[in-house]
Amino acid sequence: MTAFAFTFYLFGVTAVIAGLMVVLARNPVHSVLWLILAFISSAGLFVLMGAEFVAMLLMIVYVGAVAVLFLFVVMMLDIDFAELKEDLLRHKLLGFLIGGVILGQLGFGFATWRTADAAGGLRMAPIEPGVTNTHALGMLLYDKYLLLFQVSGLVLLVAMIGAILLTIRHRRDVKRQDVLAQMYRDPAQAMELKDVKPGQGL
Amino acid sequence: MTSADFSIILPELLLALFAMIALLAGVWTGKDKVARPILWATVAVMLVLAALIAVAGGASRTAFGGLFLDDAFARFAKVAVLLSAAAVLAMSVDYLTRRGLLRFEYPILIALAVVGMMMMVSAGDLMSLYLGLELQSLALYIVAALRRDSVKSTEAGLKYFVLGALSSGLLLYGASLTYGFAGTTEFAGILSVVREGEMPLGLMFGLVFLITGLAFKVSAVPFHMWTPDVYEGSPTPVTAFFATAPKIAAMALFARLVHDAFGTVPGDWGQVVAALAVASMFLGAIAAIGQKNIKRLMAYSSISHMGFALVGLAAGSALGVQAMLIYVAIYVAMNIGTFAFILSMERDGQPVTDISALNYYARREPLKALALLVLLFSLAGVPPMLGFFGKFAVLSAAVKAGYVWLAVLGVIASVIGAFYYIRIVYFMYFGTETDPLDRRMPAVQWVLFMGSAVVMLVGIVNLFGIEGAAGTAAAALVR
Repeated sequence: MTAFAFTFYLFGVTAVIAGLMVVLARNPVHSVLWLILAFISSAGLFVLMGAEFVAMLLMIVYVGAVAVLFLFVVMMLDIDFAELKEDLLRHKLLGFLIGGVILGQLGFGFATWRTADAAGGLRMAPIEPGVTNTHALGMLLYDKYLLLFQVSGLVLLVAMIGAILLTIRHRRDVKRQDVLAQMYRDPAQAMELKDVKPGQGL
Repeated sequence: MTSADFSIILPELLLALFAMIALLAGVWTGKDKVARPILWATVAVMLVLAALIAVAGGASRTAFGGLFLDDAFARFAKVAVLLSAAAVLAMSVDYLTRRGLLRFEYPILIALAVVGMMMMVSAGDLMSLYLGLELQSLALYIVAALRRDSVKSTEAGLKYFVLGALSSGLLLYGASLTYGFAGTTEFAGILSVVREGEMPLGLMFGLVFLITGLAFKVSAVPFHMWTPDVYEGSPTPVTAFFATAPKIAAMALFARLVHDAFGTVPGDWGQVVAALAVASMFLGAIAAIGQKNIKRLMAYSSISHMGFALVGLAAGSALGVQAMLIYVAIYVAMNIGTFAFILSMERDGQPVTDISALNYYARREPLKALALLVLLFSLAGVPPMLGFFGKFAVLSAAVKAGYVWLAVLGVIASVIGAFYYIRIVYFMYFGTETDPLDRRMPAVQWVLFMGSAVVMLVGIVNLFGIEGAAGTAAAALVR
C-alpha cells in the first residue's frame, strides 16, 4: 500500500465513522465535536485530490466558524434531545423500511452508473496546466459565473433582511450610544461643583 | 461578459437595484412610516418592467455563457409574474395597514422574490435554476412568518422553511446526478447528451429527484402536505401572493427544465408528470370538500389547479406548453379576484375565513355575490366562464398527444371539484341567516375583484390574445 492510498483510507474511514457518530452520539455536544472531526477528515481528502483551496476553506469556514457556532447554539439552547429522539424512535420501523428501500434503489442506480460519451468534452471547468486552483476558482467566480456570484449575494441579503425582520424589537426604554455627544461631553456639562462648607451640608 | 450580457438581464438588474435602494431609503428615513410609498413605488416599477418586457420582443438570446436565457417563453412568464405580483401587492395595502403588518421590508422582499422568479423562468443552467429558486423561496419563507406574534403564522413560516429546505436538497441531489452523467450543468449541454432509448438508471434517478424538488414548489401531490397549513397560517395577502406569482414561475421553470434539458426523452418524464397531475387533480378535488376555512379551501383548489396545468406539461408537445401557459395565466387572474374578495371578508373589523360566514350573502350584496359566483364558476370550470377554456385547452392538448386516459381522469376530477365551489354559491344564495359581513371594501380590492370577474366573462371572446402570445412562447421552448 502506498502512502497515498494509506492516507486516503485513513481520512476516508475517519470521515465515515465520524459522520455516523454525529447521528449516533447521545450527547449533542459530542455530536458537534464528531462533526468537526468529519470536516477535518474531508479537508484531508480534498488535499489528496489537489484541491488545497477548498480544503482550507473547509477548515476555516466550516470548522472555524460554522461548527463552533453550532457548538455555542447547542450549549445555549436547553433542548431535551433524549425526548426528541424518543419521538423519532417511535417511527423507527417505518423509517428503516423507507430508508432501506431508497438505499437499495440508489444501489441499483450506482451499480449501473455510467456517464455520457460526450461528458468528458463537456466538463464545465477543467483547470489549465500551470494555473493554481485558487486562481482558477477566482476566474470562475468573478468572471464566468459573475451572475451566479451576485445572485448568491442577493440570497444572503434576503436572509439578512429576514433575520432582522423576524427578530428585531424596537425598545424605547433602553439607552443608546451617541458617540459624538459622548465625546464632546466635558466636566462642565457633566457635573456641578458645589462648595460645601464644613458643618453646614448642602 | 460584455455590456450585451447586462442589457439582457436589465429588467432583473433594475428590479434588484430598486429593491436595494428602497431598502436603504426605508432604513435611513422613517422606517415603517415610508412603507406605503415604497409599496406603491414597487407596484409602479413592476408595471413599468412588465410593459418594457412585453414590448421588447425579438429573437432568443443567451447571456453569461448560457446561464441566462431570454426568449419568448421567459418573457411571457415574466410579464405574468410581474403583473400578478403588482396586483397582489396593490390589493394588500389596506389589509396590512389595518392589522399593523405593513412593514417597509414587505414590498422589498416581494420585489426580491420576483427577481428570483425572473431568474427561474430565464434559467439556462442548473446552477442559475437553483439560485433563482432559492432567492424566491427564501423571501417567501420570511413573508409567510410576517405576523411573527401569531403562532399560526410562525408555524407556517417554519413548516414552509423546513420542508422547502428538504425539497431543495432533493433537487440538488438530482442536479448533481444529472451533472455526473452529462458532465455539464448547462441545459443545452445536457440536451445534447441525453438520447432517446438509452436512459441510464442513474440519470433517471437524477431526473426524478429534480422533478420531485420542483413538484414540491408547485405543490403537486404527493409533495403538497405543506400547502394547506402554510396557506391558512400566513397573513391573507401573503397567501394571495403564494397562490399567484410563484405558481407561474414554478410551472414555467418546470416546463423549462423538462423541455430544455430533457426535451429528447419526453416519454421518460411525461409519465412521472402525468402521475403527479392525476394525483393532484383528485386529491385537490376530494380533500377540499370537507374544508370550512376558505384559505384552506383555496389551498386545495390550487393543488387541484396545478394538477390540471401539469396535464398540459405531461402532453410533452408545444401545444401542451401553450395550454399550460394559458391555464396558469387564467388561474392566476381568477385567483387575484377571489383573493381580493377574501381580503375584504370581515365582521366588525375582524377578518373572517369561515365559509359559513357567506351564508345569505346574496340578499345583502347582490352585485358582489354575483361577481363571486362568476369567479367560483370559472374556478370550477363551468362554461361559458374563462376557466372552462383553460381546462379545455389542457385536456385537448393531452388528447392530441395520445393521453386520452389522462384527459378522461381530468374531466372526472373537474366534476368532483366543482362541488365545493358550487357549495359556496349555494351558501350565498340559499343559505340560512347569519351575522352579516362588513360591507366595507377598499377601492383597489373592489376594482380587482370586479375586474377579474368581468375578465372571466369578456375574455371568452378571444382570451385577450394570450393564446397567440402563449403559442409564441411555447414555440420558443419546444423545438
